[in-house]
Amino acid sequence: WAAFNKSAFEAKTIADAVKAYGGAAPVESKSVTLTAPDIAENGAVVPMAAASTLPNVKHLLVLVEKNPNALVAKFDVTDAIEANVATRAKMGQTSDVYAVAITSDGKAHYAKKEVKVTLGGCGG
Amino acid sequence: MADPMRIRAQSQGGNALVRVLMSHEMETGQRKDSAGKIIPAWHITEVTAAHNGKPVLTAEWGPAVAKNPFLQFTVKGAKAGDKIAVTWKDNKGDTRTDEATVS
Repeated sequence: WAAFNKSAFEAKTIADAVKAYGGAAPVESKSVTLTAPDIAENGAVVPMAAASTLPNVKHLLVLVEKNPNALVAKFDVTDAIEANVATRAKMGQTSDVYAVAITSDGKAHYAKKEVKVTLGGCGG
Repeated sequence: MADPMRIRAQSQGGNALVRVLMSHEMETGQRKDSAGKIIPAWHITEVTAAHNGKPVLTAEWGPAVAKNPFLQFTVKGAKAGDKIAVTWKDNKGDTRTDEATVS
């Protein structure tokens, strides 16, 4: 097991989390795809998928900007898998969600999408 | 010991689509109990996957991954009969490995 990157998961911003994995300031790119719903009725379970068509992708990150800590998950991409992963995340409130691909040369590319969270009965 | 994972690995155009459901509380460490005391964080921190024993994916997760986590990935060149093993480890040091056969 590699050491858990605590500082990445304590980062408050997208840029700081990306930096913790050796990525430069992220730029928006059509080569990265984020799949997430427009509206999440239940913020406790929000499906999110990150994919990239860039060559030499090393890490795929999924982040929620307005969560207490932005980083949700980091995936290490190898040649043996497609740069396409999906999981489910928690969201405290309506926020931009980011998928970031960090390539082996340290460049970071992102796609983002706003996901509205409506918490049933809580006036969200 | 935690409950087993449910792993489904389906062969698809020369690759295998792997879907995993893990059984874990994924407590964030931000919630308080009825006495106002913070419930300590308890979540999966690391996940690895192997194809016929060869590591293909590693991941680090924070507490923002949903309870009973779902994970999907695609293993290149995996065919029917191949073994896909998934292991997780949580911040209390508990760990679990389960294996599935590509169908």
